[in-house]
Amino acid sequence: MSEQLLHDCRIGFAESLTALAEHDERIVVVVNDSLGSSNLVGFSQRFPERVFNVGIAEANMVGVAAGLADSGRIPFVCGASCFLTARALEQIKVDIAYSNANVKLCGMSPGLAYGELGATHHSIEDVAWLRAISGVPIVVPADPIETRQAIEVAASHDGPIFVRVSRSPVPAVYDDDYRFELGKTVMLREGSDVTLISNGIVLHRALDAADRLSARDGIEARVLAMPTVKPIDWEAIEAAANETAAIVTIEEHTVKGGVGSAVAECVVSCSPVPMKLIGIPDVFAPTGSTEWLLEHYGLTASAICETVRTFVRARQVV
Amino acid sequence: VKTWIEAQGSDSSAAPSREEIIQAIDARAREARRRSLALVAMSGKGHVGGDLSAAEILATLYTAVLRFDPNNPSAPARDRFVMSKGHSSAMLYATLDQGGFFETGLLETFMQPGSPLNGHPARGRAPGVEASTGPLGHGLPIAAGMAAAARLDRSKRRVYCLVGEGELQEGSNWEALMFASHNRLDNLTVIVDRNGLQQGASTEETNALEPLAAKAQAFGCDVSEVDGHDAEALFDLFCGLPGRTDRPAFVIANTHKGRGVSFMEDRVEWHHRVPTDPELAMALAELEETA
Repeated sequence: MSEQLLHDCRIGFAESLTALAEHDERIVVVVNDSLGSSNLVGFSQRFPERVFNVGIAEANMVGVAAGLADSGRIPFVCGASCFLTARALEQIKVDIAYSNANVKLCGMSPGLAYGELGATHHSIEDVAWLRAISGVPIVVPADPIETRQAIEVAASHDGPIFVRVSRSPVPAVYDDDYRFELGKTVMLREGSDVTLISNGIVLHRALDAADRLSARDGIEARVLAMPTVKPIDWEAIEAAANETAAIVTIEEHTVKGGVGSAVAECVVSCSPVPMKLIGIPDVFAPTGSTEWLLEHYGLTASAICETVRTFVRARQVV
Repeated sequence: VKTWIEAQGSDSSAAPSREEIIQAIDARAREARRRSLALVAMSGKGHVGGDLSAAEILATLYTAVLRFDPNNPSAPARDRFVMSKGHSSAMLYATLDQGGFFETGLLETFMQPGSPLNGHPARGRAPGVEASTGPLGHGLPIAAGMAAAARLDRSKRRVYCLVGEGELQEGSNWEALMFASHNRLDNLTVIVDRNGLQQGASTEETNALEPLAAKAQAFGCDVSEVDGHDAEALFDLFCGLPGRTDRPAFVIANTHKGRGVSFMEDRVEWHHRVPTDPELAMALAELEETA
């Protein structure tokens, strides 16, 4: 991985949002003193009138966005995901989702991005919280290209949507020809033994793990990228459950309620197969760099490879 | 978009006099009191105390202040009214029905299974409801966003938000006031239904708001106080806004919970007690007499 060029998803995010705003004056931004951390200083210089910085006040931030949407504006609310989703959860439920306000919620620096800052700043519950609220699609992009496209889709989507925007450096998973479609998975690797389902900044690690499984153990893993956690791609999950002997999910999120849980809900309803959920266990993570924490919780390519191998061997499914 | 009273006049008739406007507000407030009480008695649930304290405030706004088109509830140029104290939904619905927003018979479905008239108002479900409220402290941030949007659109539309006084214990209101005054949103009017009581006790005993005027002033608002049951005073006040341009208006409307029904007035138990049939009959009779 060290030879690979690494990218910050916020670059794709800001470029995309600024380009969209050039052609659509409905687009406005609402932030909680988070212009810099959202990489939107350039946006604010280009469109000063269309930036509402409410200061450190998340409940008000989301309410103000709902009010802006009332007149036909398309607000992008950009704040650290840990604060946006937790502090303003009731506003997200009532002002945005229940009211079907056309507001785009951008959870900045989610997951373990603020590793050293501690569990207060880890946002490993955001997908679980929002997944329980009706009417909010959830997107977890894997790289800057997918982030850019997710923002374009969010802008044209009629209604609320939540997009995680990471700051953690990632290698490019997709090239410029990639087209993100809301609600659709992408089969990144064919395989008939086991299916790995992942998204976000750990997707490339799952892909890497699949290559290692093939080379070292002769286990052929299908890799499904699942950028949209909700609405979930039921068909692709059902096919994976029917065509491979086990499913392993890999996420930068607690295993209580994230993409692993969402996949499990489908699997038990359609075609049960053994599943393993890799992510943050039911604990408050300690302090440490993002990389250290990912390693700590078995989210490196080699650790994923080992977990999958042990799992399928123990289950004697392959 | 027009005020209700403007929409009543034909091209040939003269504009209503000030006296006629005040009479219309009082008559409509009285009718809305009767209808909201009947709704709560019928459904067996509701919040009559705060319904009755808000009657003249809503009647003044929906008779002679807010410009809207009931046939096109989302007309872009309309003024916005956000009922942040969403538990007073029966009064809001009775008022919206008077304004022509509801089809015949809709009002009577209040809180019935599957009705769009929830116990707390829901945007997109009940016509004319601008914001989903009920959990307290939601309306004012939304109203502030609406006012910011009007400013951005260079529109003259105004935004009014009615908050309960107990509701002001929610911090989000103060976040919104900071935002509104920082952004000089003088197209926003916050009205406090200062009826003295919250669910369990008097507001001052629970978690005091006083000095409320000084607080709102310190937050950058243009503060005024008014008798919230005096239609004439309310009408004059709203017509004079914005008083100080560049500041949001903060109107403390001094009211009485349960106003208009002697045995409910200023009594904390009538926050959400439901009148029995005999109590409803007595209440309606009292409201008849004062007509």
